[in-house]
Amino acid sequence: MIPAPFEHVFAGSIAEATTILQEDPEAKIIAGGQSLLPLMKLRFAQPSLLVDLSRVGGLSYIRESESDGGVVIGALTTHHQIASNPVLKERCRILCEAAAAIGDPQVRHMGTIGGAAAHADPAGDIPVVLLALQAELVIAGASVPKRTVAIDDFFQGFFQTALAPDEAVVEIRIPNRDRGSAYVRFTHRALSWPTVAVAVVTIGDEARIALANMGDRPLRAGASERALAEGATVDAAALLADRDTDPPSDEKASGGFRRELARVLTRRALEQALA
Amino acid sequence: MRIEISINGTSHEADVEPRLLLVDFIRNVAELTGTSTGCDTSSCGACTVLLDGASVKSCTVLAVRAEGREVTTIEGLPAYHPLKVAFHNEHALQCGFCTPGMVMASASLLAEEPDPTEAEIRMGLKGNLCRCTGYHNIVKAIRAAAPEMTK
Repeated sequence: MIPAPFEHVFAGSIAEATTILQEDPEAKIIAGGQSLLPLMKLRFAQPSLLVDLSRVGGLSYIRESESDGGVVIGALTTHHQIASNPVLKERCRILCEAAAAIGDPQVRHMGTIGGAAAHADPAGDIPVVLLALQAELVIAGASVPKRTVAIDDFFQGFFQTALAPDEAVVEIRIPNRDRGSAYVRFTHRALSWPTVAVAVVTIGDEARIALANMGDRPLRAGASERALAEGATVDAAALLADRDTDPPSDEKASGGFRRELARVLTRRALEQALA
Repeated sequence: MRIEISINGTSHEADVEPRLLLVDFIRNVAELTGTSTGCDTSSCGACTVLLDGASVKSCTVLAVRAEGREVTTIEGLPAYHPLKVAFHNEHALQCGFCTPGMVMASASLLAEEPDPTEAEIRMGLKGNLCRCTGYHNIVKAIRAAAPEMTK
């Protein structure tokens, strides 16, 4: 399978990349390319121009934030680097677990956290975990040089995000919280996107619960979160996990089965995170 | 566009379209046919090569992105490389189609984890399919090669 013809340019900087994006509305950024290239080979995506970030320096890092003691991660940091990073293993284990669950070693050597966030696959491992972690995304653009978007405002629909056509994700910020966490995913086979996955991050007595593949974007299990905050048991709260979701039916699972999975996996994730 | 890619230490220069995949550059431009095109959908791992030492699926990398970087294919490992010897000794191949990808994925795995457990090997080969289902002997071969690699 061969992608439709396109032009390709190595951007020297983010400013150069976003300027090119502004000039050509059909242009698209390529980071690791592990989601974009398969889509292009199937011709589901046919960008006119790929703006390649692989030679932009200084966007691959993991470090503690100076302001709040959280963790900041450069957009071009690969899943492999995240999964094997000692600071993250201690400070943000759930993100390591999510990164390690993606694809296989070959895909993780190429794929990036910024690319996974911007791609916004409702079944993706990174988006759902960033949602549970209450991450912030630092975004650079040609019109607005720099802005920060809360993850709750970032995912806006089926593969749709708050990114303007001339913008790129440059950094992911994870706030510093004393927390328990759990990431539980159900897959059809070893090498697969989750049929349903649940990410739970607890902050004090409160829990943020995020669901993958239960709608057109990663979703919060709001009813479960509110029930827990009002003193419901884990079992009772988990039974509400699929409320206000709209799970797809496909060859792997019916919507009804996904609802059942969401309830069961939410219970398991809460039990793990609160243990 | 004109690009130059170093494969196994030899520079290969060609005019290519940006849409040319790395696996097609390796097979058709550099004429190194040890690397297989298998599923062509980033699932089977038969096209696995090393890019700056880390395993990648060359059917899901654009050739232009490998410019100025070092690609290692199955031909780049010595004939009596410990992994090749171990695959031979342990009968870790049947039809052989997946073998170049298995060996390159194993080389990357052992570079990151020189003494992997059986479970780590199986997880490390998650992205490589063997349709002869010879996984058992492949895992044995990697276990056998691991101590030889650190000698």
